[in-house]
Amino acid sequence: MKIGIPKEIFKDERRVAATPPSVHKLIGLGYDVIVEGGAGEAANYSDAAYEKVGAAIAADTTMLWKESDFILKVRSPMENPALGKHEADLMKEGAFLVSYLWPAQNPELLEKLAARKITSFAIDSLPRISRAQKMDALSAMANIAGYRAVIEAANHFGRFFTGQVTAAGKVPPAKIMVIGAGVAGLAAIGAANSMGAIVRAFDTRLEVKEQVESMGAEFLVLDFENEDGSGSGGYAKQMSDEFIKAEMALFAEQAEEVDIIITTALIPGKPAPKLITADMVKSMKPGSVIVDLASERGGNCELTEPGKVAHHHGVTLIGYTDLPSRMAKVASDLYATNLVHLLTELTPEKDGQPVVNMEDEVIRGLTVVHEDDITWPPPKPESPVSPKPAPGTEEPSAEAKAAAKKKADRRSQIGKGVLFVVTALALYGVGAHAPESFLQHFTVFVLACFIGWQVIWNVTPSLHTPLMSVTNAISGIIVIGAILHLAQAENIAVGIMAFVAVLIASINVGGGFRVTHRMLKMFRK
Amino acid sequence: MSTGLVSVAYVVASICFILSLGGLSHQESARRGNLYGVAGIIIAVGATLASVDGGISAIVIAVLLGVGIGIPIANKVEMTQMPQLVALLHSFVGLAAVLVGFSGYIEPLIATSGTEHTIKLVEIYVGIFIGAITFTGSLVACGKLDGRIDSKALTLPGRHLMNLAAIIVCVFLGAWFLGTESMALGIGALILMTIIASVLGIHLIMAIGGADMPVVVSMLNSYSGWAAASIGFMLGNDLLIVVGALVGSSGAILSYIMCKAMNRSFISVILGGFGQTSSSSAASNGDQTVHESSVDDVCEELRNAQSVIIVPGYGMAVAQAQNGVSEMTKLLRDRGVNVRFGIHPVAGRLPGHMNVLLAEAHVPYDIVLEMDEINDDFPDTDVVLVIGANDTVNPAAAEDPGSPIAGMPVLEVWKAHQVVILKRGMATGYSGVENPLFFKDNARMLFGDAKDSIDKLVSGLRG
Repeated sequence: MKIGIPKEIFKDERRVAATPPSVHKLIGLGYDVIVEGGAGEAANYSDAAYEKVGAAIAADTTMLWKESDFILKVRSPMENPALGKHEADLMKEGAFLVSYLWPAQNPELLEKLAARKITSFAIDSLPRISRAQKMDALSAMANIAGYRAVIEAANHFGRFFTGQVTAAGKVPPAKIMVIGAGVAGLAAIGAANSMGAIVRAFDTRLEVKEQVESMGAEFLVLDFENEDGSGSGGYAKQMSDEFIKAEMALFAEQAEEVDIIITTALIPGKPAPKLITADMVKSMKPGSVIVDLASERGGNCELTEPGKVAHHHGVTLIGYTDLPSRMAKVASDLYATNLVHLLTELTPEKDGQPVVNMEDEVIRGLTVVHEDDITWPPPKPESPVSPKPAPGTEEPSAEAKAAAKKKADRRSQIGKGVLFVVTALALYGVGAHAPESFLQHFTVFVLACFIGWQVIWNVTPSLHTPLMSVTNAISGIIVIGAILHLAQAENIAVGIMAFVAVLIASINVGGGFRVTHRMLKMFRK
Repeated sequence: MSTGLVSVAYVVASICFILSLGGLSHQESARRGNLYGVAGIIIAVGATLASVDGGISAIVIAVLLGVGIGIPIANKVEMTQMPQLVALLHSFVGLAAVLVGFSGYIEPLIATSGTEHTIKLVEIYVGIFIGAITFTGSLVACGKLDGRIDSKALTLPGRHLMNLAAIIVCVFLGAWFLGTESMALGIGALILMTIIASVLGIHLIMAIGGADMPVVVSMLNSYSGWAAASIGFMLGNDLLIVVGALVGSSGAILSYIMCKAMNRSFISVILGGFGQTSSSSAASNGDQTVHESSVDDVCEELRNAQSVIIVPGYGMAVAQAQNGVSEMTKLLRDRGVNVRFGIHPVAGRLPGHMNVLLAEAHVPYDIVLEMDEINDDFPDTDVVLVIGANDTVNPAAAEDPGSPIAGMPVLEVWKAHQVVILKRGMATGYSGVENPLFFKDNARMLFGDAKDSIDKLVSGLRG
């Protein structure tokens, strides 16, 4: 099957859906790859680089679309002004497509694709489960957007981020507030923090406090009784009116103080909440910067102009909607890798034939058009399925477990009791019948056992091997017994046995201490 | 030398030995501890030599010859062969105990009568019995560790009954031995018992698989101590009793620690056969895939990481990869990466085996941490390198109550951002349990011989 990589025609879109390394991997999955001439140019990938890893270069746009069975794209298919045709119509009937599709906003596009029996995967509809993370293009792009937002802010901000004391005077550090601590917000926090700014962050989801702090920002807390804004799938939900009021008061207070505000607040399926009012913008210090990452969905700030840089009340408002595309190389690399992972899932046999397994939760979620059916929205995932017990083992019930534990406890108690009684009887037997001389030795023996017990517990585990070889060497003390026998041997057999015993016990002593010494010499800081 | 002086010398020697074991509690004092041990044995042997009347030349020849053989062996041995050597040395103690026991029966040093005589016979009998088990058991353990004997557990049908029968026969033989007056019959009984005990020793250790060797070796260590103690009783020698008890309890504690680390009872390890009968409950699901990685990718990840934990296992020892690992550690540390090692208590074939190997390769010991010290740090770790370890990092132990290794404390490597597993193939570990770690999303497999892979990583990190 042939994969086609068209050049993006959306205005100012510099990304490309496949890079030379990803093409190499796609070919490894059994596909042929054809790339439109100049597709990777804006992301610094030349046609020659694609050819080098084995891709064919399509001479013109129509040919690429006509020859490809599987289109990998960034932006959703749109009207091609040069050809006067919609990209969906350029495709082969029954082909496959992966791109951003935003199925909720584009029902007519889905119909168009279904009419042409194009099985379409919307990379933006990926289920948010951990298995799918490697294909999560939204997170990958949000990460880039967060970083770039800080760079754009720095570009329009007239001061250092980091505080400096120079011969020419003292420069205060920049204060930055990040609203919304999702992937983009966290990336922005990280970037701003590493540039030396003082970063504060706010999010309605209390659970992200730790993440925010781990990135080096202060988490702003509302003076409000606990309302947690965590919605499903790790996204935020809409909050109550009182909460929003308290939130706005906090923002108003912060706006007067901070130099840069980066907003990333989005609620799935709703326009972006208006968090920064015109009054707040007015209250900011002249020269301040606001970067509105939600501008594509209307913006978090009332004065944002989507796609543009605006100036109001001495404040620069950045409303770019193409931040990932402004870092086309890394964005293409990450997006291409996401798609390779998706294609790997789709091609289990590595034979270049995609298999759409609608039983698979991830594939099901991604597939918005399957042949001529519109399969969006996917059915709600069943409420958390309890992991099915492994075949052949029956999960014992809680009571059974408790009973078993009780039984085991009782058994161990009985065991301990028996042991105690036996020990007591044995001690009594020894005390009552053993001769004096034995008892002396017995006392020494028991005390030595206790000393050994106390001493050994203190040995650090990393020295267990030397401990073993040193105790081994020490147990060569049996040589004493052998020497005593050898010294008094009358019988030749005893003499030989004792001689051998002295010999091997000495090997043990010499070898044991020597090897311990060697080992201990190696331990060093 | 008077008996009083000898006794005092023995007391001093005993104290030296206690200080020797105490010294091992820290790396700083460990070498001094070893020297105390040497001092103890020299004092003891010297005092004994001074107290005996005849046969000095034979004794000196035997001692010098023994030391002359022992030290060169110890100088030559590779650190990876340490377990074999320790097992072999244990067998010497066992054999010496048997020989001294026989000598003590044929030519008692102290004339005894009545109850004392009976007690002494019991001591001889017990000493030889434990000595014989230690002797043959250690030889088998040595063979298994050396690869001369198949390290798989040998499970004969009805093996528990066979062991039990052997012990019962020995007990009855012992009762008869106590009753007999004739020296010849007594020796016959002792020889018969020695043979039975030897076979028992072989069979016991044959039934225990390779990965339980840490327990076995420390158990044999303990046995050699008890053998020495019972010979001490026989001779009425307090020094032997004290040392035997020290060694015996040391081995027992080590065995206990090892068993605890595997969440298994001592009995079940000793009875052996683990891993063969238990069926793996976590049958591999067909749709699970492993992610293969390349040397270049791993190099890249290591370069970008801020903290790395290396988890070595027996596979590292087998592949002799420790020097490469040390080299890699140095390169990464020079780059400012926080590299640490996480050691599972039963990693390797000897308690503390990994520590010795790493120390040999000049890895500083203060970055080599125990499981309990490091387990909480995995979530903050960028990359974990698992080198030749399997069961000790198996999440099934923590997550799957049906698993045969359920409840065994393991290194929770899967909580790190990325886990790279260096492994030859997809084979299961010693316990025969499928390892779900390999199928986790953050796990990457780097197939190949551990030494080759590490060497490539080192040159990759250099370049």
